[in-house]
Amino acid sequence: MEYVLSLIVLAAAVAVVASPLRRGRGTEPALEAELASLAAAKEAKYGEIRDAELDFQTGKLSDADYRAVDHALRAEAIELMRRLDAAREAAARERPHA
Amino acid sequence: MLNLGRVCLTLALMIALYGVGASLYGAHRGGPNWGDSGRRAVYAVAGVLTLAFVILEAAFLRSDFSFALVGSHSSTTTPAFYKATAVWSSQEGSLLLWVWLLAVWSSLVLFATRRRLREVAPYATAILLGFAAFFAALVVLLANPFGPADPAPAEGAGLQPLLRHPSMMVHPPMLYSGYTLFAIPFAFALGALMTRRLSPEWIVATRRFALAAWLFLSFGILLGARWSWSELGWGGYWAWDPVENASLMPWLTGTAFLHSAMIQEKRGMLKAWNVSLVLATGILAVLGTFLVRSGILESIHAFGASTLGKPFLAFIAVLVTGSTILVVTRLDDLRPEGSFESLLSRESVFLLNNLVLVSLCFVIFWGTFFPLISEAVTGQRASVGPPWFDRYTVPLAIALVFLSGVGPVIAWRRATPRNARRSFRLPLAAAATAALALALVRGVWREPLALLMFCAAAFVLAVVVQELWRGTHARRVASGESAPVALASLVSRNRRRYGGYVVHVGVAALFVGVAASSTFQHVRDVRLSPGQTASVGGYDVRYLRATSELSREKVTLGAALELRRDGRHVTTLMPSRGYYPSRDPTLGPAGRYFDGEATSEVGLRAGLRRDVWTAVEPDIDALRRMIDGIDRRFPLAAGDSATLMLGAIADRYEALPPPASFRLIVSPMVEWIWLGGLIAAAGGLIALWPAPRAARRRAGATARVRRELSRA
Repeated sequence: MEYVLSLIVLAAAVAVVASPLRRGRGTEPALEAELASLAAAKEAKYGEIRDAELDFQTGKLSDADYRAVDHALRAEAIELMRRLDAAREAAARERPHA
Repeated sequence: MLNLGRVCLTLALMIALYGVGASLYGAHRGGPNWGDSGRRAVYAVAGVLTLAFVILEAAFLRSDFSFALVGSHSSTTTPAFYKATAVWSSQEGSLLLWVWLLAVWSSLVLFATRRRLREVAPYATAILLGFAAFFAALVVLLANPFGPADPAPAEGAGLQPLLRHPSMMVHPPMLYSGYTLFAIPFAFALGALMTRRLSPEWIVATRRFALAAWLFLSFGILLGARWSWSELGWGGYWAWDPVENASLMPWLTGTAFLHSAMIQEKRGMLKAWNVSLVLATGILAVLGTFLVRSGILESIHAFGASTLGKPFLAFIAVLVTGSTILVVTRLDDLRPEGSFESLLSRESVFLLNNLVLVSLCFVIFWGTFFPLISEAVTGQRASVGPPWFDRYTVPLAIALVFLSGVGPVIAWRRATPRNARRSFRLPLAAAATAALALALVRGVWREPLALLMFCAAAFVLAVVVQELWRGTHARRVASGESAPVALASLVSRNRRRYGGYVVHVGVAALFVGVAASSTFQHVRDVRLSPGQTASVGGYDVRYLRATSELSREKVTLGAALELRRDGRHVTTLMPSRGYYPSRDPTLGPAGRYFDGEATSEVGLRAGLRRDVWTAVEPDIDALRRMIDGIDRRFPLAAGDSATLMLGAIADRYEALPPPASFRLIVSPMVEWIWLGGLIAAAGGLIALWPAPRAARRRAGATARVRRELSRA
């Protein structure tokens, strides 16, 4: 009985591990990684903008300082969005060749 | 089922080794299918280890003594809860628990990131499987929990008496969960270094796992302290024991990482510092596991000497060397993307807080390993005690609590000095008020360090209340919500920020408890006969009578103590000592109980203001003639006749009690430690919990920011 159970466990493990190898070749991850990295940076920047707003609302920043910080953060966010758009265009150009 | 258990372990080792190879091949040349196969190897390892663990659990619950481990760590008389948890009271079972938890958490994180971090994940998978392979090799080759007992005994040895405490049975899974969860950011940090993908993405992907690790480790450490206070007869919750310290070190560096990771996420700074912290945390977690198992340092919590020391040392050496080489060779990629704009910024406060946490870790590391360092230098092993640790850790802990109040009132990037001064006004007034109020309590002024800690805690509490009030007020102005709705909405929309603030309050309360209980504690060791009274910390403790109890697993001798304050009855405490039978066949039917293992059951009156703690040490020598007489005359007595004779000893102890030794302690505010821990855990859960409909809200907020940016 134990031997049969052992064989079932072994077969199940092999099936789980080997199943991706039966698929066709997937896409290369380099472009995806670049896009994901920029998207993460953009999300972080949006979070920073919201945090600065909360800092201002809770009295940690004066009007002038908040405006300066907010302006700098938005400029950085726009730059990130430009880079993200460029990366997306590059990915779209690469995709037909993949 | 022994064979199936062994097959599962061997299979886990083989799959883990295959997974390491498949993941690395996939990352280099083989493509994503091999990477996916590596990821699925983690799921398969988790599956077969789950089966192995279930088999072992079932054997313990069924008292199947054909498993050698069950016979040596459980018995038919062990209560069901302790049978279920006795699995990890052994070296073998606890190693299986370790690797099983690692496989489960690794599966979770790899499933969560299966469509992200496509370059980093295969390397992280290989590292997590490398960890799993190491621990699986240990349980297969050196500490196999599926060893047979030949012949199987009729009865087992039972669970180690000291471990028969609920918190002690939950403590190991909590600690191991903390240790194994810290392996996840460790693996992803190494993966990010290997691929040079050092954007904050790996931090964002593993942030919840790092926070969960912190939460589990905190809970585990506190449960250990609670066990020490209520089960061990020495009357303390922290002894700077090497194993205790080993769990605290990764907690300190992990706490530092949780703070500094925010700076990298927001500003792209401190990259080298963050990877170093998270790598140190992962290595310290393995070091903690090593200390418990190697027998290299003496500790009440350790498993004793074993053959596992050398493999662990080799594994740690590989981790340290590999991590160092990777960090050094990637220094160019770890350059910060921004710089500190102002000393008056939250980033600067976080950096200071990091320095304090790392200094604490260094002090504890030095003190813990001082016996080995001194032996290496002088040839003689010397150790440092609690006063040495206190000298350095107390000032650092005060600074830490104070900084946990400063951070929340300073803005990111640069704070406006005038606004910062205004933000500090109320918290500093609260600290000053606390100092003046405490001046009225006798003796507090003579303890400046304790007083500073109380003031720092008042400062933190005022800061958090002020932050919540200001945030709620701002939301009410913006949305017109009622105060409770605005508060709930503020916290739920900024869970990480406000969950963190709640953690700060909890940690401050905990340190208040530590400062008060360690500074203003009263301890007396006395020897009393029934009817006699001793005074301690404003209480009179009267030894009313001796008590005894007989059960299938132990003989209990104790005392009833009446507690009085200002002449009024407060309560009756019942400390006792349980005597468990030894398996030594040379001992007689009575002697095997009283010459076996004994544990204290503490008589405790707990309260927010103070705990009154009592422990008794009955004078067994006074019963020695009777015990020896029974052993001599009835050496083969067993079953009911042995119970009858043990009952006679217990009755004799109650009827003619000899003087007993007592330790009496009045310790203020110990409960604040557990309460502070619960508050901190609640804060951790708030920060960890996913926000309701988070994705939808985030999408909404992102769209709003995007619209505003397009107008900018």
